[in-house]
Amino acid sequence: MRITHRAVKGALASAATVVLLAGCSTDSIEEPVESSGDDASQEAGSEEQSEFFSQEDLDTQDEQRSATFEGDEAEPWLQYIDGEMTDTSEYASDGAKKVCFANASISNPWRQTGFITMQQQLEVLQDDGVISEMEVRDAQDTDETQIADIDYFINEGNCDAFVISPNSTAAMTPAVERACETGKPVIVFDRGVETDCATTFIHPIGGYAWGLDTAEFLSENLEEGDRVIALRILPGVDVLETRWAAAEQVFEENGIEAEDFFTEADPTRIKQIVTDAINQGDVAGIWMDAGDGAVAAIEAFEDAGVDYPVMTGEDEMSFLRKWEETGMTALAPVYSNFQWRTPLLAVEKIFAGEEVPSEWVLPQTPITEDERQEFLEANEGMPDGHYAKFGGEDLPGFPDAWMDR
Amino acid sequence: MSAPTASPTGQGSRRATPAVPAHSGGLGRRISVGLITPGGAVFVLVAVLLVAIMLTNPNFTDPGALIRFVGRTAPIAIAAMGQFYVIVSGEFDLSMAAVIATQVVIAGNVIGLEDSRIVPGLVLMFVVGTVIGLVNGLATTLLRVPSFIVTLGMMLALLGLVRYVTGGAATGNPTENFREIGRGGIEGIPVVDIIPWSVLVLAVVAAASAWLMRRPFGRTLVAAGDNPDALRHAGASLWWVKTRAFILSSLSATVAGILLVGYAGVHPSVGSGYEFAAITAVVLGGVVLGGGRGWVLSAAAGAFALELLFLLLTALGVEATWRDTVQGLIIIAAVALAARTWSGVRRPQATPSGTTPGTTENPTKSTTEGDR
Repeated sequence: MRITHRAVKGALASAATVVLLAGCSTDSIEEPVESSGDDASQEAGSEEQSEFFSQEDLDTQDEQRSATFEGDEAEPWLQYIDGEMTDTSEYASDGAKKVCFANASISNPWRQTGFITMQQQLEVLQDDGVISEMEVRDAQDTDETQIADIDYFINEGNCDAFVISPNSTAAMTPAVERACETGKPVIVFDRGVETDCATTFIHPIGGYAWGLDTAEFLSENLEEGDRVIALRILPGVDVLETRWAAAEQVFEENGIEAEDFFTEADPTRIKQIVTDAINQGDVAGIWMDAGDGAVAAIEAFEDAGVDYPVMTGEDEMSFLRKWEETGMTALAPVYSNFQWRTPLLAVEKIFAGEEVPSEWVLPQTPITEDERQEFLEANEGMPDGHYAKFGGEDLPGFPDAWMDR
Repeated sequence: MSAPTASPTGQGSRRATPAVPAHSGGLGRRISVGLITPGGAVFVLVAVLLVAIMLTNPNFTDPGALIRFVGRTAPIAIAAMGQFYVIVSGEFDLSMAAVIATQVVIAGNVIGLEDSRIVPGLVLMFVVGTVIGLVNGLATTLLRVPSFIVTLGMMLALLGLVRYVTGGAATGNPTENFREIGRGGIEGIPVVDIIPWSVLVLAVVAAASAWLMRRPFGRTLVAAGDNPDALRHAGASLWWVKTRAFILSSLSATVAGILLVGYAGVHPSVGSGYEFAAITAVVLGGVVLGGGRGWVLSAAAGAFALELLFLLLTALGVEATWRDTVQGLIIIAAVALAARTWSGVRRPQATPSGTTPGTTENPTKSTTEGDR
């Protein structure tokens, strides 16, 4: 009888634990994932890949890597690839405007850096009398919250223009369409949506270009048959999936053995994965779909007492500094952080009636070893989570606004 | 809640020596009997998994690789021992991972790059750990809020705080001298090459835990999970026993956090999933959810079994995304199994012949079987 009582108590408790456990893990396993590099799963992988993979987009971005950008190279956040323009003459009007910004989140250092840059850009435009205020709603990485945020802006925000950094592609499409229906300018940036109703969609070249740049670098610096560990944050996010899709293709073409793992950017997990991989056999290269946690991966090699790998990280300061300190062969791909300036500058252009690119493709150039020193010096004193190509050097508050965060 | 007692000695009397002896049989027999309890079987499981990994990956037979594995599993094993105190007393601590994240952020922000702040920083971390455990314990015992809810609330409160402070992103790593605890070790040791500090910390914590569980506190704690009513009748202060368990749990999380900052660096996601990993480890170690049974070192062994299992899955090429599923199934299977097997391997009942009616005996004494 006592046993029964305890068993029931235990079963209840474990049931509750499991429910909680399931609740916590939904975001990491909600999308089907194509699996790691062994041959058996390769075919299944390419099938599932189709959800995120488009050869056409890959080819476009491949070309854009060598495209000529319009505009001043000193102001890359205003550069764009020549293409279709949106006529904005209907919006031309005087007076300071209210901008409403629906932000996906500021939960990673890349977004935090960008958001600071955006606020400093806002200051300039407020002083110029272009923007009266910017109301910001942070969706904290949740689709539902962002949909509610956008609807609130539409109904009660009293907004003159909408700036949206979508949390996810498909889920946010209807909300962006509703914003477009108000007839006010809508600016989408970073991640895309499945509609072209926005006045302009601002983004760097994209994930495929990242994947091509990085995998080509590793392939050039490694031999056929070398083993590369690919560290990916999580499955199911298009901007990250495309990076891996392109890289995986290049690795296959060059006979590089790539194994991919999900890390959720947790340095503990990164270090364990890399340590286990080193234990299993030589690791010649590390590929990352985002640089957060790169230092933990490098430390795994130090602690195991083996040679540094060839590596691609990101233009995050922690990686650039560790790269310099270790002298390893590496590349810092860039998902141009300066794009956070562009939406507000687009607002200025739109209300001045100047045409803007319908799809505003910004430059996206990796930092090579030759350029590393220059960026380290330009960003001296910046925190580890700062991004070298943040593009805010000419804004008020530089460098303190980025330094004290 | 009728809570009948385990053995007739509850109402019976005993001579100066307890009717249930501390040990029965010789050492060999004790070990063989112990191994078929869930708390003992976990050590067999660890050995089996270890051999399996060595077969799939011969590099793992290298003593250096092994000791490093022990070093990196130390934080989870320490967390599991902390969780053990709470679970064996019949409660839960879901706030562990959040405590780890909080401590990691404190290490990053308070200690930073100043060597001189290491000691004050450590003191602060232990104070914060103690206060969190105290609040968890008092809310559970005095306010009578179920610990599941209290610690869930604590978890959310702390994670919210961490998110507020960091914005969800990494800050800089603290000074290398501080990180040495989790990253470095005594070098130049023959055979194993290095003994990580974390292995030594684990050894100290394990020894202290084993000692503590043999003290009156440990026995009362097990009794608190086994039969709280009896304990209350015996006049023990249940609230203080359980509150100390919560404090020990969050202090363990603090130690795990210190080691993790060293091992991996500062990131708000450090420690995520540790509460469930610790609960799984404790359950795998044969400690019955709901309290009253288990051995503290089995909980640590459970942590090793869990990590070895994940390592084996990785070596076999199983997607890391299956981790949570595996963990969930283990919890269910282990609890189901433990509930059955514990009932099968009880100690021989106390000899009824010694019963003389009329004298009352401290009922906590009859539950020492849980210490096995």
